[in-house]
Amino acid sequence: MRLNVTVNGERRQADDVWEGESLLYVLRERLGLPGSKNACEQGECGSCTVYLDDVPVCSCLVAAGQAEGREVRTVEGLAEGDALDPVQQSFVDAGAVQCGFCTPGLVVAAHDLLNRVPEPSDEEIREALAGNLCRCTGYEKILDAVRLAAGAR
Amino acid sequence: MDFLRPTSLDEALAIKAQRPDAVPIAGGTDVMVELNFDHRRPEALLDLTRIGELAEWSTLDGTVTLGAGVPYARVIDELGDALPGLAMAARTVGSPQIRNRGTVGGNLGAASPAGDTHPVLLATGARVEVASVRGRRFIAAEDFYTGVKRNALEPDELITAVRLPAATGGEQFAKIGTRNAMVIAVCSFAIVLREGHVGAAIGSAAPTPRRVGEAERFLLDELPWDAPAPLADSLKRRFGDLVASAATPIDDVRGSAAYRTHALSVLARRTLTWAWDGYRGSVLQCA
Repeated sequence: MRLNVTVNGERRQADDVWEGESLLYVLRERLGLPGSKNACEQGECGSCTVYLDDVPVCSCLVAAGQAEGREVRTVEGLAEGDALDPVQQSFVDAGAVQCGFCTPGLVVAAHDLLNRVPEPSDEEIREALAGNLCRCTGYEKILDAVRLAAGAR
Repeated sequence: MDFLRPTSLDEALAIKAQRPDAVPIAGGTDVMVELNFDHRRPEALLDLTRIGELAEWSTLDGTVTLGAGVPYARVIDELGDALPGLAMAARTVGSPQIRNRGTVGGNLGAASPAGDTHPVLLATGARVEVASVRGRRFIAAEDFYTGVKRNALEPDELITAVRLPAATGGEQFAKIGTRNAMVIAVCSFAIVLREGHVGAAIGSAAPTPRRVGEAERFLLDELPWDAPAPLADSLKRRFGDLVASAATPIDDVRGSAAYRTHALSVLARRTLTWAWDGYRGSVLQCA
């Protein structure tokens, strides 16, 4: 089937999309946006987190056809040109990146948190990031990054 | 595979009548996992996310009608006062991303014995509204779960809503898991106390979620409804024992049958205390 979806503000089209494939697959394999990571494919790890109509979701659990006509914002759509989003810059500055695989999902989840709660408590940060796993277990630096981003905004 | 995208309930029901093999998909948190892992190759997917009426809730005469497509995040944000037990259960579902997509309708469709909202639906006496081109009917929650991941839905029917009484007393839900997020319940328990009604139900501790009738009747007879004082430890312990005796759990990777049975007695005792406090508070407010 043909899929029409707005991704990072741009109208995109993909052809020959299999009806059972996920939005994540479309983003990575058909639209050339490999920022969202494919890890667990069952909503456990959060590495594929994107905004769907401004709501953070696991793109591996969205059927491609469900995104028809919707707006998607991926980690690639957070920066303004060469200027990183404050959340991305804070991940760099805090050293919150180890292998980097969980980072895109965490950045989107943290970005959403700070949009909703500009000065989150540690409990709120932990709750907001509870669906994102870091197998390097670098959580302390990740928490630092979110605190840093909250202060920078 | 066909991807079917109705924009109204009537259209969806017409499709489901013609294509009973079409698998409904809303939040996708169960269906997409099955597709991603090649556990299932349905002939068609029936996307319900474009049907506005499924994503609404309303209250009439003390009864909340919760559309099958309202995500857990909205249950938490919008219905914490009217449906505190359901909101508590919704808070324990998955992660923020999952709660943004997953729905009570999907929980019912999957009918997993471990589904988080089932004990609350049973304890509140909820009715599941289902529809087909033949018409609409209501199924009591306790008649809805017919086996492991099986429910009372006919092949041409869709789950459209759940009707629950708005809380007037105390409602509690508790769940055992290894952490506060991304946990399939090891076991879970819900209790609802209001004047003349005790509802209590267990999850993840039998082939289906189930009410615990003997424990409910014990509380209905023994709770000091007219002079709601703090409860005696002996009463709480007896309740916990009755709840545990209603469970028929299995040993699996998440926990042993013996652990589940013990944990249920503890959850029952604790949530009874909290729910009774809630009920007492509501009585004091009215007095």
